[in-house]
Amino acid sequence: MTDALAGLVASPRAWVAIVAIGVVTYGIRLSFIHLFGRIDGVPTRVQRPLRYVPPAVLAALVLPDLVTLGPSVAATLLDERLIAGAVAGAVAWRTENVFATIATGMGALWLFRFVVFA
Amino acid sequence: MRGPALDEDLLAGVRDVSPLMLGIAPFALVAGIAAVDAGLGLAEAVGMSVIVFAGASQLAALELLGENAPLAVVVGTAMVINLRMLMYSASIAPHFAEYGRRLRAGLAYLLTDQAYALSVAEFDENPDRSRWRYYLGAAASLWIVWQIGTVAGVVLGAGVPDAWGLTFAVPLVFLALLVPAMKDRPTTVAGVAAGAVAVVAAGLPLNLGLLVGALCGIGAGLVTEVTAS
Repeated sequence: MTDALAGLVASPRAWVAIVAIGVVTYGIRLSFIHLFGRIDGVPTRVQRPLRYVPPAVLAALVLPDLVTLGPSVAATLLDERLIAGAVAGAVAWRTENVFATIATGMGALWLFRFVVFA
Repeated sequence: MRGPALDEDLLAGVRDVSPLMLGIAPFALVAGIAAVDAGLGLAEAVGMSVIVFAGASQLAALELLGENAPLAVVVGTAMVINLRMLMYSASIAPHFAEYGRRLRAGLAYLLTDQAYALSVAEFDENPDRSRWRYYLGAAASLWIVWQIGTVAGVVLGAGVPDAWGLTFAVPLVFLALLVPAMKDRPTTVAGVAAGAVAVVAAGLPLNLGLLVGALCGIGAGLVTEVTAS
């Protein structure tokens, strides 16, 4: 793998990007954690919406990976990722077990990819 | 450090996060493979995983680096993807407010979707937990597995066939965290609205669909809360 060897020497472009993304990301992480040590408590105006952060952000991360809007309803629904995701979601709901959710989801994906839709 | 060397709260964090590793390990592997695909070497791949430590943004940045996109676009995209952590930072900050500046600076570095979601759920349920130790147990475990997985991905390179769909483990991890987060009507409405908007807005540049979806979901949750009371 010559790429890997060459990469060890120098790639200023990649390093500039890595450091810049790292600094920006750390700033985002630190922002409120730093701030709330200085001000007294969290204003209730901020607290109420925070309750909806986990479901909203997690759903916005997950759904686009499971659903791609197709030209028709059938094309959208008959997608191996959506079906596998739905199965995994049902398991998550019934068991609240992360291991079971991932195992079922990957198993369902492979079943549809290599057996059913193959 | 106070308490015994193998602290109960720390171990609880390690224990609770361990099932998530099933999704994180392949995710990290994919990040390593993507780094090789983008023409990066082991040093850059590990450097990125240590310095950035945020999977989704790493994958997006690697893709753009491989396409020779302008640096501003690479950094801007990664920033937009990681803006959600602003909300995590605000949400978890009250739990850390009593700690010193240095400890908070260290805890902030380890902030991820999984460490955040696990910790706030545990703090709600179990107020007696030492917050920083539980969080550290979960977050540091994730960090270690993430670094090992990245190295493994670089070394294995293209050995893992695309057809296995290992990246699918990533949404499955988030799904497993999402379902219990939708625990009543307003939180469920927030999740459904955010997901629907994010799907429709998926084509927006710079991954803005994620932010737009999340903000719509938070708004929908608040509206539901107000109309129900």
